Amino acid sequence: MNDDVAIKVEHVSKTFRLPHEKQNSIKGSLIGLVKGGKRTYEKQQVLKEVSFEIKKGEFFGIVGRNGSGKSTLLKMLAGIYSPSQGNITVNGKLTPFIELGVGFNPELTGRENVFLNGALLGFNRKEMLAMYDDIVEFAELSKFMDQKLKNYSSGMQVRLAFSIAIRARSEILLIDEVLAVGDTSFQKKCYEVFTSLRKAGRTIVFVTHDMSAVERFCDRAMVMHESKSMGVYTPSEASAIYDQINASKNSPELTSENRRWGNGLVNVDNIEVHSSGEKLRDDLAAKTGQELAIKIKTSSKIKTKIVIGLAFIDIYGINIAGPNSKGKSLYSNTIVTYKIDKLSLLPGKYKITVAVFDEEVTNEYDHLENALVLNVKADSHNVQGKVNFFGDWT
Amino acid sequence: MRRFFTKENKALVSELVRTDFKLRYQGSVLGYAWSLLRPLLLFVILYIVFVKFLKIGNGIPHFPVYLLLGIVMWNFFLELTVQGLGSVVGRGDLIRKIRIPRWIIVLSTSFSALINFGLNLIVIAIFMIISRVDLSWSILWLPLIFLEVYLFALGISLFLSAAFVKFRDIGYIWEVVLQAGFYMTPILYPLSRITNVTLQKLIMLNPMAQTIQGARYAAISHETLTASRVFGGGWYQLIPFIIVAITLAFGLWYFRRESKYFAENI
Repeated sequence: MNDDVAIKVEHVSKTFRLPHEKQNSIKGSLIGLVKGGKRTYEKQQVLKEVSFEIKKGEFFGIVGRNGSGKSTLLKMLAGIYSPSQGNITVNGKLTPFIELGVGFNPELTGRENVFLNGALLGFNRKEMLAMYDDIVEFAELSKFMDQKLKNYSSGMQVRLAFSIAIRARSEILLIDEVLAVGDTSFQKKCYEVFTSLRKAGRTIVFVTHDMSAVERFCDRAMVMHESKSMGVYTPSEASAIYDQINASKNSPELTSENRRWGNGLVNVDNIEVHSSGEKLRDDLAAKTGQELAIKIKTSSKIKTKIVIGLAFIDIYGINIAGPNSKGKSLYSNTIVTYKIDKLSLLPGKYKITVAVFDEEVTNEYDHLENALVLNVKADSHNVQGKVNFFGDWT
Repeated sequence: MRRFFTKENKALVSELVRTDFKLRYQGSVLGYAWSLLRPLLLFVILYIVFVKFLKIGNGIPHFPVYLLLGIVMWNFFLELTVQGLGSVVGRGDLIRKIRIPRWIIVLSTSFSALINFGLNLIVIAIFMIISRVDLSWSILWLPLIFLEVYLFALGISLFLSAAFVKFRDIGYIWEVVLQAGFYMTPILYPLSRITNVTLQKLIMLNPMAQTIQGARYAAISHETLTASRVFGGGWYQLIPFIIVAITLAFGLWYFRRESKYFAENI
């Protein structure tokens, strides 16, 4: 292996054998034996042919949805699981843990836990005594060290764990979602530590959902999807791919929850989306920065004033924009268009809800939740966040 | 061996044993004193029941101490195997999340039992002085005899702890085996009470019977029936040692084979 490579993963696969009905008893397996000799297993392949290399001194991100196999991969890097096929070569000393606070015992005091946790990292009492004060100071817990850990808040526990973990003398650090807990000031501290570890030339493997952290720290990131590696990219590329995976994964849910209600006096008959004058069909996507028009046709047996409302909701269920037609005199039999000159939504999928109200916006005539899905593609990759303001730097 | 007893492993074992001990008597007023009080109170009960009421040990010198030694050795075996059995599953949180040598978990549990045994031996020593047991040079055999019990129990623990990950029935089965073993070993009754010679021989094949009788011979009374006396010096007397060796070797082999998959199976 090359000297500048820290971890080399070659064609690694992992299959778990899950017994159909977990047979934890001898009787169960005896019955299994009688019934034809073999237990019925469900083979679940959690990693398929994953290959990559991490260079020395690199801050390497692994991103992916829940269940994409990234934690299993990390456990194999740590040597907790062994691969079913393939090879993992590690060049240098590796942290043996993947989570903070492993082995913490709630019945012991903070102080006792520091020594226990230190032992798990390979430090003996003498070495731990030498760095004890630093650990406590960094965790900002000097007043609490003689209290039992069960009386700590989860944030305090993480702080303590993190302070111990960064003492590990390993050349390669594995970090799994550490920053989920802890307040802002402690997170800032963590980031400072990351930066200094990076400067010190340590290799860091960082598994996360948090794309902003990836873009901030990582040199490169691998995207995991459905047990496979989608490749290694620059952080902003990885972030875009991850967003796309999230969006496409979520779309089936969109259709399943499109409920409709209302008193039915006015009906929405038809909704069309036009982008740059072209009608959008399922496979067509709108583009950020281009014109977008939503055409809505309503009909009713009575003639009354109505207000039409729209809601643009992102995949996380957050309402990004909710324009309505209040103040425009619209009547119940109408065709109306909501026109956007320059679409500011950034790439992703958005659900659009359409609702028709009475003049006072108190009664709902018709409500089509998630009436359609708007697929927005990028015109450039340069903007981050949810919307593009199309502002100018002057 | 150097590969096993690195500085890191030593630190880990000592810290795990320490934790075990701290947690054991947590919340109890007397704390560590219970380690000594327990065998003491046990002795009082045994003394009243077997010496005063049943008068079983008539004719055996220093029968109360003789009895206590047997019970303490059996309890050591029982504690080590029962806690060893649950050790790997009980430390599942560690195994699933951190790479440490798996055998360290079983070893540290066995050290906790060993420390407890040591404390019990102090109580026995006190009673030996009180009952004015005549000491002889044969007492020097004791460490070797205890080592044999330790290795036997460790071998069983290695096997049981690994098997328990897959088959949770093992816990109940082992409980029954221990019950049967307790009565098949001459702990409460003197071996001389069994007049059937073949039965005597069968009983002495068990390493626990052989070690308990051996320890009694070495420390308390040379009238104790040892394995070599029961077997009349034949090669059969080696069988208990062979059983211990095979148990340990098998336990190590099985544990090694299974430990790769502990993290997935727990």
